[in-house]
Amino acid sequence: MSVMGENGCGKTTLLRLLCGLTAPEHGRIYWQGRDISQLKELYFAQLTYIGHRNALKDDLTPAENLRASTHIAGSGISFTAARSALDAVGLGGNSHLLATRLLSEGQKRRAALARLWCCERPLWVLDEPFTALDAYAAQILRERLQEHVKNGGLVVLATHQEVDVEAKSVGQLRLAG
Amino acid sequence: MNRSGMLAALRGIVWRDLLLALRRRSDVATTVFFFAIVTSLFPLGVGPEPVVLRTIGPGVLWVAALLSCMLSLGRLFAADYLDGVLEQMVLTPEPLVMLVIGKAFAHWIVAGLPVVLLSPLLGLQFGLGSDSLGVMALSLLLGTPTLSLIGSIAAALTLGVRGSSLLIALLVLPLFIPVLIFGAGAVTSSASGIGAEAHLSLLGASLVFALAFAPWATAAALRIAVE
Repeated sequence: MSVMGENGCGKTTLLRLLCGLTAPEHGRIYWQGRDISQLKELYFAQLTYIGHRNALKDDLTPAENLRASTHIAGSGISFTAARSALDAVGLGGNSHLLATRLLSEGQKRRAALARLWCCERPLWVLDEPFTALDAYAAQILRERLQEHVKNGGLVVLATHQEVDVEAKSVGQLRLAG
Repeated sequence: MNRSGMLAALRGIVWRDLLLALRRRSDVATTVFFFAIVTSLFPLGVGPEPVVLRTIGPGVLWVAALLSCMLSLGRLFAADYLDGVLEQMVLTPEPLVMLVIGKAFAHWIVAGLPVVLLSPLLGLQFGLGSDSLGVMALSLLLGTPTLSLIGSIAAALTLGVRGSSLLIALLVLPLFIPVLIFGAGAVTSSASGIGAEAHLSLLGASLVFALAFAPWATAAALRIAVE
């Protein structure tokens, strides 16, 4: 499911509502028939959210960042697993030894997205994941999304471009300002 | 949501925060030097009268410990709030309270523990006896974690507010008063031969009380801040 629309039309707000970060003023949001405001931690265990901020610490290396964020997400991984996830997004070699503040914007985005390679959660909520990515990284991400959807996963992403992912059901939601 | 997952999340956040502190040693050094300099200014300013110094010593050390712990409170959640890590923390499948406890513990290691370890050395400037120095360190050992825990509430409440560090001081210092009274009181009463047990027990009780309630209050404040 891709959410499209102009800047400021409420894509991020919608995604934050879906994650339970913001409580809706009216109405409820259901996951598998149950209200997410009641499920709370049970729902969060099914969810991976990558916001428009990268949630990376400037002073840590990408591998350390990845390990820290998986620990926070309740499923810590080893350094080797973090390395292989970073390899998958093209941050192999020496770049995992550098502090994140030395990386380019696109590399930071790749490091943030590497979380998608090291967790198996059914629902992914991604806020403009393609921002700052080059064509090659965008292709890798599309393949990863394709794989996730093929395995029965669900992806909700806010984007400004058409995402050609084959799936049983591809939804497109256009928000008007 | 089992116990091992909770502990892993706790260990993970403590590991991360200590690693961050290690990469930014200047922040840690600021706290320690502030404590050392403030406590050293008093003997220089008040004069070398041993009786006066011995009387004001415990109070000065405790107040300096309070202020230096408070210096770093503003950074407790602010960086995580700005770079989006806080959102990820709120979305954790583990109880958010565990992460808050982990962060408060890491803050204590970085800001509280050095103060505890330095206090006997700095207490020498005030002519405190060896018994008093021991009680001083013990009272700070019990009191500084309470400061980190209570301070975390204020740090969470002031997220995203302009001039938050000043606001933290206004919110937190009144709450620190009981800890200050019991802490400095422990040293004074041990020096006068009454024994410090009563004060130390009260310090221990406030630590248990803070551990039981502060993380929940902080977690609630963080959820509001992220919204």
